[in-house]
Amino acid sequence: MGIIESLRYFVPELILLGGAFLVFGTDLFVRNKKTVGELSLLILIVAACFCQMPAQPLKLFYDMFHLDAFAHFFRYFALIAVTLTLLISYSYKPLKGPYEGEFYGLFLFMAFALILVAGANNLLMIFLSVEFVSMISYLLVGFLKKDARSKEAAIKYLLFGSVASAIMLYGMSLLYGASGSLALPAVGNALFFAPFKSLAHIAVLFFFVGLGFKISMAPFHMWAPDVYEGAPTPVTAFLTVAPKALGFAVFMRVLSVVFMPSRAHWSVLLTALSILTMTLGNITALSQNNIKRFLAYSSIAQAGYILMGMAVFSNLGRQGVLVYLLAYLFTNLGAFAVVTLIGEQTGSDDLAAYAGLSERSPVTAAFLTVFLLSLAGIPPLAGFIGKYYVFAAAIQGKFITLTVVAAVNSVVAAYYYFRIVRLMYLTSASGPALPPAPRPLAIALGLMFAGVLLLGLFPGLFLSLIWR
Amino acid sequence: MIIPLQHILIFSLLLFATGLYGVLVRRNIIGILISIELMLNAANLNLIAFSKSTSLAPETGQIFAIFVIAIAATAAAVGLAIVLALYRVRKTVYTDEVNLLKW
Repeated sequence: MGIIESLRYFVPELILLGGAFLVFGTDLFVRNKKTVGELSLLILIVAACFCQMPAQPLKLFYDMFHLDAFAHFFRYFALIAVTLTLLISYSYKPLKGPYEGEFYGLFLFMAFALILVAGANNLLMIFLSVEFVSMISYLLVGFLKKDARSKEAAIKYLLFGSVASAIMLYGMSLLYGASGSLALPAVGNALFFAPFKSLAHIAVLFFFVGLGFKISMAPFHMWAPDVYEGAPTPVTAFLTVAPKALGFAVFMRVLSVVFMPSRAHWSVLLTALSILTMTLGNITALSQNNIKRFLAYSSIAQAGYILMGMAVFSNLGRQGVLVYLLAYLFTNLGAFAVVTLIGEQTGSDDLAAYAGLSERSPVTAAFLTVFLLSLAGIPPLAGFIGKYYVFAAAIQGKFITLTVVAAVNSVVAAYYYFRIVRLMYLTSASGPALPPAPRPLAIALGLMFAGVLLLGLFPGLFLSLIWR
Repeated sequence: MIIPLQHILIFSLLLFATGLYGVLVRRNIIGILISIELMLNAANLNLIAFSKSTSLAPETGQIFAIFVIAIAATAAAVGLAIVLALYRVRKTVYTDEVNLLKW
């Protein structure tokens, strides 16, 4: 489909892009930055209203952007993640200042970039959109001007990220050499033939580095804890969820369109990496004393569980990945929303600040408990449904070792999640009662709580959406 | 004189390896950023060489290379901005002195 015809199906993205420029423009003239934030929220909601599920897969912009049910799902995913993050960050004090408006503008660009990642169907498009997301992430991580830790996190993220994407680019150039084309289906067809089989095995490794970095897969996860600890908390909340999920999205698309013939080879590797990721994440999480760092390692472990679905890569496995990502969106963002709130109110991200939280702020403690239980995968919460599907896929695909290791890991994980719950409920409080949450944050918490419960109690509602 | 494709590929691989080596051993962040540029340029070289030898649409590879050059420029802009900001708060551009966040 040509450029002009495609624009008709590209309205939400255009609204986001125009809206981002509008936000940067109004930011110059408006003194009250709260208005800028509300404007960005409005733009996101309008864009979400214009999202339409295409009747059949559309090949927009000469098949650069493939708008199918998969991309459509991630379109909503990105919009929900950005909206919730904005709600969380409205009351985040370190952000207040002359640059607050730019923060919201960058998030609109981020939403646009994430949607591009979801639909990219061309090596060029994948590289550009992944770089787009990375660049904005670097800026957002280093957003706090005076904060040395924020800067350090940004520089680490920048260096790791640039190297990973340079390696992926080299792999892409090899693929181009093999197929003479950049379109994913054409590359996939070329790799199917004998002389390029071995090249496919090598190129998939390059993609493992570039995209494995995005999803914090085990040998490339080193950046994650440092970046998640140093970044402003709302940004951390966002980074653990959205770029990671979209990394999985593009990973799945590349694996299924390009590397499907050599599946037997990378499936083994992914199984090993999945085991390594969850084990490393869980074992290191045990000994953390900073809640952001703790949740960072827990999110690495969660990436390991999601990788189970990728390693199996059957239909059920791929659907399991989507279900897990949706559950993870509400759960992890929710946990980080509470961390933002407590960090604001007590001025500390140490686990000690959570001692006796049930006495100081019963509602917040209850929310955090629900989110942690969901992360641990306790039924009737969202996390359980996600785990159920990836485990089911692994058993169906006869990945027995993987299943057993993942089950053992879940038990270890449950131990450290319950450690926080114990800290909140069974130790005595160390300070006075905390004030109630600011309204936007309370709304976001309520929404995510509802998401976790609904997905856990009535998974059918969401699954029918995903299954299409 | 036409240089055979293999020679260019070997050269680009060496360039890539040099870049990767630089990334791993350099202490200076600016040096690391330059090494990353080397890696990007190795990929560029591949793209151009392949676009010369392929029978299908050769222009796609060249366009990709132009986009990569543009991305390298934005990466340098963002990267140097962050390095500058880091220098303002920490007064250093050496990776081993940037050590507030660890295990």
